[in-house]
Amino acid sequence: MTPTGAYPDIWRRFSPRQTVIRTFWMIVIVFIVVWSLSNLDITWIYLLDAHIQAGDLLTRMFPPDWGYTGRIMDPLLETIHIATLGTVVTFVISIPLAFLSASNTTPNWVTWFIGRFILVSSRSINTVVWALMFVAIFGPGAMAGIWAITFRSIGFMGKLIAEAIEEIDNGPVEAIEATGAGRLKVLLIGVLPQVLPVILGTTIYRWDINIRESTVLGFVGAGGIGIELYSSINLFRWPEVAVMMIAIFVVVVISEFISAASRSRIT
Amino acid sequence: MLEIKNLNKVYPGGLQALKGIDLSVTEPQVVAIIGSSGAGKSTLIRCINRLVEPTSGSVKLGGEEITTLNRRELRKARTRMGMIFQEYNLVERLTVMENVLSGRLGYVSFWAAFRRNYPPEDVRAAYELLDRVGLTGRHNDRADALSGGQRQRVGIARALMQKPDLLLVDEPTASLDPKTSRQIMRLIVELAHERGTPALVNIHDVVLAQASADRVIALRDGETVFDGKPDDLTPDVLTDIYGEEDWSATIRRDGDEVDAGADDGAGEDKTGKRNNIDEKAIAG
Amino acid sequence: MSNGSVPDTVWKRPPAFITNPTVRMGAWVLLAAYLVWSVGSLDMDWERVARGLPRAGDMLARMFPPDFSRQSLLIRGVIESVQMAFAASFIGMILAIPLGLAAASNLAPRSVYLAARSLIVLSRTFHEILIAIFFVKIFGFGPLAGLLTLSVASVSFISKMIAEDIENMNMGQIEAIRATGASFSKLLIYAVQPQVLPRYLGVCIYRLDANIRHSTVVGIVGAGGIGATLSASFKRYDYDFSLAILLTIIALVFIGEIFSTWIRSRLR
Repeated sequence: MTPTGAYPDIWRRFSPRQTVIRTFWMIVIVFIVVWSLSNLDITWIYLLDAHIQAGDLLTRMFPPDWGYTGRIMDPLLETIHIATLGTVVTFVISIPLAFLSASNTTPNWVTWFIGRFILVSSRSINTVVWALMFVAIFGPGAMAGIWAITFRSIGFMGKLIAEAIEEIDNGPVEAIEATGAGRLKVLLIGVLPQVLPVILGTTIYRWDINIRESTVLGFVGAGGIGIELYSSINLFRWPEVAVMMIAIFVVVVISEFISAASRSRIT
Repeated sequence: MLEIKNLNKVYPGGLQALKGIDLSVTEPQVVAIIGSSGAGKSTLIRCINRLVEPTSGSVKLGGEEITTLNRRELRKARTRMGMIFQEYNLVERLTVMENVLSGRLGYVSFWAAFRRNYPPEDVRAAYELLDRVGLTGRHNDRADALSGGQRQRVGIARALMQKPDLLLVDEPTASLDPKTSRQIMRLIVELAHERGTPALVNIHDVVLAQASADRVIALRDGETVFDGKPDDLTPDVLTDIYGEEDWSATIRRDGDEVDAGADDGAGEDKTGKRNNIDEKAIAG
Repeated sequence: MSNGSVPDTVWKRPPAFITNPTVRMGAWVLLAAYLVWSVGSLDMDWERVARGLPRAGDMLARMFPPDFSRQSLLIRGVIESVQMAFAASFIGMILAIPLGLAAASNLAPRSVYLAARSLIVLSRTFHEILIAIFFVKIFGFGPLAGLLTLSVASVSFISKMIAEDIENMNMGQIEAIRATGASFSKLLIYAVQPQVLPRYLGVCIYRLDANIRHSTVVGIVGAGGIGATLSASFKRYDYDFSLAILLTIIALVFIGEIFSTWIRSRLR
């Protein structure tokens, strides 16, 4: 037994070197944030009466213009169609794309790289930006919206499916290869059934997100309730805006519910 | 030292876990509490420091009535009661030293605790305790790198850091293999006697209880059915306590499996969402 | 080793999900019907669409080669976007802590929990661009609206993650620290924080990444960042400049992803 008085009376969680490193990183982060905030072209005074402005806005929105509900049914439906059709097309495209982007199913590293590049590009460009482009191509309307949804979603779904493909159990694949089956059959019978739950789950998950995305595509002219919403906001018709926001809220909540319920049944 | 009068606990579903318990501890002794599952052992222990709120009755520690304290006073009272848990309940991502020092959380300021800036007496006492429980040199290890028995030793050190007037021990050995269980029980008893601290120990293993404790209390269906010396626990009394259950099944011998994990010194990670506190409290 | 009988040589792959063939057929029919109905009900100008493909070709041709000459405009836009993203992520990180704590059912009192959860749900229902438009209406054009939009999105996302993490915590550790007589704030730093911190940091880094992506877009409705530059270039048919901006955005997001993966692996 060590004699009393021989026990140290200081204990530090981090060694001096660790403390220096931690402090360094914290300073760096604070520095970046402060630089960002001070460098941004912002008139901070505007924030002072923010609450008054927000309160004022809210009072102008109530009571909501319930009569407007009739006018938004069609655009709302169009929004849902855009999201759904976009997701369906994504489903078709993203599966072969995912096979190209998975290291264990792609023919060679060039195709793998192309696949991955497509996925990254798709994900990096926001749905609204895609919509901008497709409106320039197809003109305003739902067509632009559907393709915008598609081009954004294939990156999302393709990545998740490719990851699932890379994690499959190789046993069944080898068994089928051993029978001498062609490449396509191996993929269809050995790989596809294993990743089907992920594909379906991801599709429903993305559909839910796409409903939300589709509500704003109209801001750049790509169809859906966004068109009405944008015009009402610009004309300061706040009670109409209130009705549309409530409608969007209801639709999004329902779609989230459907998504969560279906996905729990799949997994 | 500890005075419990007519303690009752009724759970929201209607289950009455404690029915008028009277218990008095007037000297520094190790009191084992035995009984089958659901008898109310865990509820009793937790009612004393009000981790479970008693429905009615009186609990007095050192003359102070615990059941009527407000939140701040309750925290002060809790600093005088050290608790040791079945699942060790160490903060696994923190180091052993931080876990031991957390026993002093009721005594230090927020900033001292945040910066791990504990007073020198506390640090010295921590090292000494770690020595005493046999974990010298492990102070900078992460808690989840330790084996079950080692973690329980840290738990014991943490409880003793509070310099408590009372030790509340909830099935300290149920997650350990028989050999380690005996070591841990012996350690707890030694430390309690050394420091003159009374201890209430929930224990499932009857033989271990008889071998370690100065006094045995048995609960059945929320009532006290035995209170006396370990030697007075004859087989007839035990059958009475455990009812139809075969009490000899509670005895664990070397080589028996423990499903909650054995002290194999390999330091398995015991993370896992063990949210069974409520069930355990109800099951007693 | 023959048993005398020849097994069926026709093998059909077992259906993956819906085993009842009628239900499966029904599902296909439903899907086909929906496709027909939705496409029919959409008010699409097919003539315009038909002209679209050649227009796409034309646009692509005008995009190449990308025009990087207007560097100062490009760089200014990118810097503004990145600044918004960083600042908003930081604000989100900090404000999400109290909101996340309030939204955890095992720590917060019921009324507080319900209020916090409703707030989170409400702010997550609406797309960032919609929130951006509102902020633009209130605060005018410029990065303030963008900063606020991204901050709101960050706070609601991170606090939801924190709340879920807290609800999945090991409550035994909480019990033990409570039993030492520690106050609520000490409980937070000793029992809650160690369990929640690693995932919290990972989520914050992820959110920074997402904010960089979104910061490039809120400018389209006037909330600052390179989105405004992009939108303007499209409207003026400056497609080669547009491509330059798009490539920059892709590069930015890609770098951000690499950075965030690296940091998250260091955090393990």
